[in-house]
Amino acid sequence: MRKIMFKIIKQLTSVVAMFAVLFAFSTETMAAKKSKTLENTKKRGFVRCGVSQGLPGFSNADESGNWTGIDVDVCRAVAAATLGDATKVKFTPLSAKERFTALTSGEIDILSRNTTWTLSRDADIGLTFVGVNFYDGQGFMVRKGSGIASTSEFKNGTSVCTNLGTTTELNMRDFFDSRGISYEPVVFEKADEVVAAYDAGRCDTYTTDKSGLAAQRTKLSAPDDHVVLPETISKEPLGPVVRQGDSVWEDIVRWSLNTMIEAEEYGVNSSNADMMKTSNNPAIKRLVGAEGELGAAFGLDNEWNLRIIKQVGNYGESYKRNIADTGILPDRGPNELWTKGGILYVPPAR
Amino acid sequence: MNNIIKRFIPQILAILFVVLIFGFLTLNAQTNMDNRGIDFGFDFLSQESSFDVQFSLIEYSGSDSYARAFLVGLLNTLLVSFISIIICTILGVIIGVARLSSNYLIKNSAAWYVEFFRNIPLLLQIFFWYYAALRALPMPEKANAWFGVTYMTVKGYYIPAMVWENLNVFLYCGLAAIISIIVMRNYASRLRDTQGKQIPVLLYSVALLIVLPLLSFIFGGVSLEFEIPELKKLSKISYIYEGGISLPPELIALVLALSLYTSTFVAECVRAGIEGVSKGQKEAAASVGLTPNQVLKLVIMPQALRIIIPPTTNQYLNLTKNSSLAAAIAYPDLVLVFAGTALMQTGKAIEIVSITMLTYLTISLTIAAIMNWYNKKIEIKEK
Repeated sequence: MRKIMFKIIKQLTSVVAMFAVLFAFSTETMAAKKSKTLENTKKRGFVRCGVSQGLPGFSNADESGNWTGIDVDVCRAVAAATLGDATKVKFTPLSAKERFTALTSGEIDILSRNTTWTLSRDADIGLTFVGVNFYDGQGFMVRKGSGIASTSEFKNGTSVCTNLGTTTELNMRDFFDSRGISYEPVVFEKADEVVAAYDAGRCDTYTTDKSGLAAQRTKLSAPDDHVVLPETISKEPLGPVVRQGDSVWEDIVRWSLNTMIEAEEYGVNSSNADMMKTSNNPAIKRLVGAEGELGAAFGLDNEWNLRIIKQVGNYGESYKRNIADTGILPDRGPNELWTKGGILYVPPAR
Repeated sequence: MNNIIKRFIPQILAILFVVLIFGFLTLNAQTNMDNRGIDFGFDFLSQESSFDVQFSLIEYSGSDSYARAFLVGLLNTLLVSFISIIICTILGVIIGVARLSSNYLIKNSAAWYVEFFRNIPLLLQIFFWYYAALRALPMPEKANAWFGVTYMTVKGYYIPAMVWENLNVFLYCGLAAIISIIVMRNYASRLRDTQGKQIPVLLYSVALLIVLPLLSFIFGGVSLEFEIPELKKLSKISYIYEGGISLPPELIALVLALSLYTSTFVAECVRAGIEGVSKGQKEAAASVGLTPNQVLKLVIMPQALRIIIPPTTNQYLNLTKNSSLAAAIAYPDLVLVFAGTALMQTGKAIEIVSITMLTYLTISLTIAAIMNWYNKKIEIKEK
């Protein structure tokens, strides 16, 4: 009898111990709920940023692991604003399939991965889009030798390579269905696999955002043998995304991006930012932290925007460095300021 | 009383513990989802999927529901598993028997085959077949015909399609043939048990299987025509075969990798099974005057099968689960279509992943149940 009792007590204690573990765990999740992303970021000392697995111009790592691109610059701007150092970013390369789960599960705090802003993504799945850092549209790339000059020349049975889990998959169906053309979608999880399959002749055409086509073309074995067709079949406003439920963090990311765009509008760049402190224009003075208390609203100091401009530069500098000078898309097209005929227009920082 | 405590309390505690853990996990997920504004529910299954799938066994288009997309993925998973299981079994039996051969060359090549394919990770083998082997194939316009009417190209394997008339009559005849074979076999075994007479069952079976369906062509109005794939121009430099059936290279690569890999394990099960039957059995059977064929069929195999079936079941289950690696090479299986595209488009991660997990569980348990039934059937029947 004593032996049995002993056995039962032993089992009971193990159960109690397990409960202790469970409760400890649940109180911890309670605490995490209250603390803001910003506090955690400051405590951690770096911004956790989700990027692509390598898309030149947007987010691409070189041999030594340095990330560059306009999507990367958004995260760097947030790091400069919140931590004072644009290099304090930990980049997590994500496939299109993984990206939203990584954000909603809290693995990353900003998703800056050429992601299209759509209603269902914004409303349904616990995400909030904070703005647009690149206006894009879906296009098709074909082999030059095919003689195809327009999407109207696609015939029944065309095989199309593209990425899994993207708006591209949906647009492609809308496009071919509305024209009554039957096609064979070949969808891969990684962009590199798509490029490899298209390059090998598995597919007649490769479709994704036009900026992506321009960037991926450079990875083909003979880039000059391929051409991007002129038609754009969709609207793809690409921008950074944050988790729903932390509106302060959302504002920080939104206004970090807006600061870069507005700085270009007012002619403030990384080399003249300090001098602009003595400008006569109050809007410029606000932009470099010399007037007003703009940072206080986010719990940041007053020079948060100055640091963004000094360390990362304005939007124009970022575009030139990453997209124009690399030969991906020398022409800014719609991604030009509204004052210069483009559609980049941000609310005033005041 | 003591006994009751001893027997039940630990079990009740264990069950309670499991229930509590699951309850906690559910609750935790629920709170976190609430916090992030994610709804939980399965309503999305009836919504329009609005994406297309490359290869499907049933009619499917983007205007069908997510539930139908699930079915498409499931059928593709079952298709690739089914084909691979059959091929790996045939290959496995041949290689397993070959390993026991007394011929030095056969024995050692079989051993090399097993060691080679068993010890390279499956994902790498899939990549090899897809990215290396199949990529070396010609473009459609340069492909040579295999067997006159089939074309192996980088875009897939094109084979003639069968166009049936009165297919149902043909199928009924086939069914009738199978039923009559079963009846005949039962009759033959009764005849053997009661009167000791033997009739050539195999010969009759084959004859039935050929003659009955053949009759349906002559009297049943059944006709069969082949639609042969023909080259069609898509643009100046790009071609495709139209008509006939196209097996995508993704399917072929996956079947090759899965069946070659798993056949090595099946081969080892077969070898173990045959070696597990004691030598005395064989010698005793030979000494009562059975021919070598009869020894294998009546004495060795029935005993060996009992050893072979359980581990082979495991291999079939592994193969089915491994087929989810399809997602790596764009074969639209359950994981790619449902846990990939559908998950991305709806954002219903928890729902879709649980449905997918339950589906694999169900497939595995079904295969296990079938194999257990077969194992029961061939068990020693104590008389």
